[in-house]
Amino acid sequence: MRNPNQTLSGADIFFECLRQEKVEYIFGYPGGAVLKLYEKLYDVDFLKHILVRHEQGAAHMAEGYAKASGKIGVVLVTSGPGATNTVTGIADAYMDSVPIVVFTGQVATHLIGNDAFQEADIVGITRPITKHNFLVRDVKELAATIKKAFYIASTGRPGPVLVDLPKDVINSVCEFEYPEKVELRGYKPTFLGHQNQIKKAAEIIKKAKRPLLYVGGGVIMSNGERELKLFAKENNLPVTMTLQGLGAFPGNDPQSLGMLGMHGTYYANQAVNNCDVLVSLGARFDDRVTGKVDTFAINAYKIHVDIDPTCIDKNVVVDLPIVGDVKHVLAELAAELNEPLQLDEWWNQINKWKEICPLHYEKNDGKLRSEFIIEKISEKTKGEAVVVTDVGQHQMWTAQYYKFNNPRSHLTSGGLGTMGFGLPASIGAAFATKDRPVILISGDGGFQMNIQELATVVYYKLPVKIFVINNSFLGMVRQWQELFHDEKYSFTDLSASNPDFVKVAEAFGLKAFSTNSILNVDEILDEALAYNSGPVLVEFKVVKEDMVFPMVPAGKSISQMMTKRLDPKEMV
Amino acid sequence: MKHTISVLVENQFGAFNRVATMFSGKGFNIHSISIGETETPEVSRMTIVTEGEDKIMEQVVKQLNRLIDTIKVIDLTGQDRVERELALITVFYQKGTRAEIISVNDIFRGNVVDINNKTITLEITGPPSKIDAVVNVLEPYGIKEMARSGTVALKRGEQLKIDKNIVTQQ
Repeated sequence: MRNPNQTLSGADIFFECLRQEKVEYIFGYPGGAVLKLYEKLYDVDFLKHILVRHEQGAAHMAEGYAKASGKIGVVLVTSGPGATNTVTGIADAYMDSVPIVVFTGQVATHLIGNDAFQEADIVGITRPITKHNFLVRDVKELAATIKKAFYIASTGRPGPVLVDLPKDVINSVCEFEYPEKVELRGYKPTFLGHQNQIKKAAEIIKKAKRPLLYVGGGVIMSNGERELKLFAKENNLPVTMTLQGLGAFPGNDPQSLGMLGMHGTYYANQAVNNCDVLVSLGARFDDRVTGKVDTFAINAYKIHVDIDPTCIDKNVVVDLPIVGDVKHVLAELAAELNEPLQLDEWWNQINKWKEICPLHYEKNDGKLRSEFIIEKISEKTKGEAVVVTDVGQHQMWTAQYYKFNNPRSHLTSGGLGTMGFGLPASIGAAFATKDRPVILISGDGGFQMNIQELATVVYYKLPVKIFVINNSFLGMVRQWQELFHDEKYSFTDLSASNPDFVKVAEAFGLKAFSTNSILNVDEILDEALAYNSGPVLVEFKVVKEDMVFPMVPAGKSISQMMTKRLDPKEMV
Repeated sequence: MKHTISVLVENQFGAFNRVATMFSGKGFNIHSISIGETETPEVSRMTIVTEGEDKIMEQVVKQLNRLIDTIKVIDLTGQDRVERELALITVFYQKGTRAEIISVNDIFRGNVVDINNKTITLEITGPPSKIDAVVNVLEPYGIKEMARSGTVALKRGEQLKIDKNIVTQQ
């Protein structure tokens, strides 16, 4: 511990603060405005700087690291383009409530507003996509600001915080003292749920005949998986999860109904439509979940537990809101419910739906399909891997066919739907995960959006297993074009322009394979999963025209599911 | 329905912007917004007049509360409150109309704050509806330009019970 009254430079204070916050990794890229920080970084030994190839990659890596570890992801980039390149990653973290702190260089304070070289008003640009942001205008405020940034990012509903660091602030000196407490009178997230509301919720659940737990990412963020499991098991409750909630409850458990919503299972959506009490836990009634809102769980008494009051009554008006930390509320709810519920009739009904329409795909034509590959990956890793995806069809198939056993195992861009999220996020996850395999399932479109990070994954010898599901199309867009846009495949066919993924991977220094045959999937997967001395890439050339089913067309009620290819005109 | 919302924010760089950005980002209406110091220099008070269904207004208040720089949000709608707006209105006058305009000003208890050989400038204070009324009356004379401050509002203080006996004795 340094002498608290020692005079330090802004750059020294910066790293002293990161040390106090126990930061292990910074994902960054140097540049003019942050040269002083990089000069200091040269001698810093208590954290590791990961050099990315594009600042967007740094932001997604920080997200991947944060999602997989539950810690805060840290980014350091320069001013101007360095800062603006992080914007998509910040917006992604904002939508999916990922705690990251992004430090951006800035031109010297006397130059701000002068259109100086590499100047961008990044605080202004990121105001609507950060939980909060700061421009540090005096080195005396630096330590307190960093403390606040980490506190705000990780508490309440987590989110990204940006701290803009002008060059002169980093260079000037002042006495350093790291504040022990954060004083923010305008920010006091409600942690404990209201007692009477919890009691009331317990009474309602006790009387339920057809209850359903609708579980979102909040359960994972609050580390509430044990409480959820206990609560669901002891009361025999069916559980359906959102895209971000997958992993909060074991996917192979008979009480799991898998994912709900647009590409959710038939039985999960039927359960939502027919339940009499819907308990939403850390989920936000997103439009991809609800479909047409005024028909969503229309007969159910809705209980909504969320730490963010703005989520309550935003999309769907609920009957009983409980604002608080899901983990704590779950524990208290469980304590109120002491007799197992009699739900035989409800379970019979649910099991009937499971029989009528399980997840299914064409298996008998000998063609290589994404669903088959993902199902194989799930079996071979026993649902224990950390699986990162990009955005599109492969993402939905992963959500459907990979049976996640653990929380913090399904890392995907949900709210923003950011293509290019996968590769950098898997790199971040690999730094956070030592004991489980990290798998990237990407598509040929999204993979090319941050493909430069192959250099990063190779340089740090990260054993990420990269599976590129190549259907030579922007598959999800193609699916909508086929179903709703008169089969006009406008600019979604990549077959003429896709690179040779094996050659690209090899040029970066990866081990790489490719196959278009169902016959050697087992062998290739085994080899890829066993290879741990660095990253490996497998390209699976799959059928081009597959579509993700079930599907609820946008704006339709989730009772109007397409479970297989149908003429959309019949779906009215 | 119109709502008057009083927001105490940290008197900090960007606090006003955050509120304005939130309103535009969420697609909420703003009729007027005014900001100024309070009795505590580190705290500013914003008075926002906005409009929308109850559900939207509930979101407005929640979203305001969610901002880190926001200390307190009070929806004054339906509460006993004092609401004032200030307007500076410059009106053209002719030979015969100067006295008329000044009499309008007197009726509305305004102040004449500037005059030259063509125009006269009035300062009118009151609830927004009163300003609207003045504007209405002055319009036929030809309003050259106008500046309105937007509404500022405060909740009325708790009404103390007055001891009638003391009043009579006095």
